Amino acid sequence: MVNSAIHTDDLRVRRGKREVLHGISFDVPQGSLVGLLGPSGSGKTTLMRAIVGVQRNVTGVVNVLGHAAGSAILRRQVGYVTQDASVYGDLTIRQNLNYFSSMLRAGRADVERVLESTDLTEQANQMVDSLSGGQLSRASLAVALLGSPELLVLDEPTVGLDPVLRMDLWALFRRLAESGTTLLVSSHVMDEATRCDRLLLLRDGEILADETPAGLLERTGAADADAAFLALIRHRPKHLDAEFDGEAAS
Amino acid sequence: MSARLTFAATGRVLTQIRHDPRTIALLLIVPSLLIGLLAWIFMDTPVFNQVGPAVLALFPFTIMFVVTSMTTLRERRTGTLERQLTLPIGKLDIIMGYALAFGLLAVFQAGIAVGFSVWLFGLEISGSVWWLLAIAVADAVLGTALGLLASAFANTEFQVAQFMPAFVFPQMLLGGLLLPRDQMPDVLYAISDWLPLSHAIDALNAVARDDQDDAYLLTKLLIIVAFIVGAIVLGSVTLKRRTP
Ligand SMILES: Nc1ncnc2c1ncn2[C@@H]1O[C@H](COP(=O)(O)OP(=O)(O)OP(=O)(O)O)[C@@H](O)[C@H]1O
Ligand SMILES: [Mg+2]
Repeated sequence: MVNSAIHTDDLRVRRGKREVLHGISFDVPQGSLVGLLGPSGSGKTTLMRAIVGVQRNVTGVVNVLGHAAGSAILRRQVGYVTQDASVYGDLTIRQNLNYFSSMLRAGRADVERVLESTDLTEQANQMVDSLSGGQLSRASLAVALLGSPELLVLDEPTVGLDPVLRMDLWALFRRLAESGTTLLVSSHVMDEATRCDRLLLLRDGEILADETPAGLLERTGAADADAAFLALIRHRPKHLDAEFDGEAAS
Repeated sequence: MSARLTFAATGRVLTQIRHDPRTIALLLIVPSLLIGLLAWIFMDTPVFNQVGPAVLALFPFTIMFVVTSMTTLRERRTGTLERQLTLPIGKLDIIMGYALAFGLLAVFQAGIAVGFSVWLFGLEISGSVWWLLAIAVADAVLGTALGLLASAFANTEFQVAQFMPAFVFPQMLLGGLLLPRDQMPDVLYAISDWLPLSHAIDALNAVARDDQDDAYLLTKLLIIVAFIVGAIVLGSVTLKRRTP
């Protein structure tokens, strides 16, 4: 699978005593913008952690850019934004960026570039602890953009942002995808999902749907993304899955 | 491991500390104030000269232990550690960054404590003040190294707070502060031989009384350094890129 940025096969993850991902198989083509959707607790963060190689107790295949997830070589090719902002509160944004860029040998010009991309140039010298919620999550995103990684794994990067800012960020994601970067972006906001090339819908650790936004609307016959999401989540409760699969097979 | 990344991490920790003047004050001044208080309490007795050297080992050690373990625990909990572990930086670089930054502070802290004790509080030192300084500094760095290691076993601030009684108090009781080590029961003496703080206290006492040669002091210093290196290596081994 040369042109798959992410390839998983029968990916299972155990967290604590429970299995939270139950054999997930999918491919993310290189240069695509893929949305990862699903109710709270469905396993989005866990899946992303497995992809960036920080999750323990993973079985099955997880290949990223042609290497096993977590390989040392991937550390400068994959950018990861955790669900909670992971920047130092007692440093300024620029000090944070300088520190992380030293690991990637990204240089000062790159720091200015990512500040610009996330619209944080004005706040660059402000302490992270004093930022607003939206500025904080953008600061965390800015770090992940350093060094222009080939794959960006973003866990709910647009939470708490106003509509204008959200639109700007999705425009940025689109530009990045057009320049060849692959993006996997999780979200709760369905109308954002329609901006993706493909959607992965996760429920209870299993993939419910893996298709284009248009395909999803068509299949569910729903008028908009929100309705399609509800249709899939609600109308196929877990205990009925067997029957549905049975019908499909017959 | 790379020197460039270790120094980048060191610089980052120092910048963080620089933004927090209260921590700096706590680190640099508190041990000296406590020693001064002790000197005052025992003003008209010979006690300060008996326990002074041990206290010079104890206070900087304890404060470096607490501050280091708290800071690294905070890093673990805010997700910045997880982010670094997905980036091209070695685990040893991250740990050494802390060790060097806090080690630098430990040098100043121990220096101030030695200076205050000898020239202000009148602690009588028969041996060389340089030996006193070298061992006090190593001892404070030891507090940092053990704090780094301890924080690997804690998930909450509450657990870190428990490490004080668990890690530090036994070393304090067995290190010869209350009773010279050679007067303790054999079993306790044997145990105390395996606790690093005992050797720091031994060495500082020896310098104060000038009753041992340089080879003895050097041996004690090397034992302390071995514990420092061991704690740092163990700390980076217990740091895992993958977590549950
Ligand atoms: N450290 C852990 N130990 C045990 N179980 C965990 C741990 N972290 C998460 N889980 C469980 O794993 C499941 C999936 O969690 P995950 O964080 O991946 O969900 P999510 O889809 O990202 O949810 P949200 O949208 O709320 O962020 C949940 O049931 C959660 O309770
Ligand atoms: Mg999540």
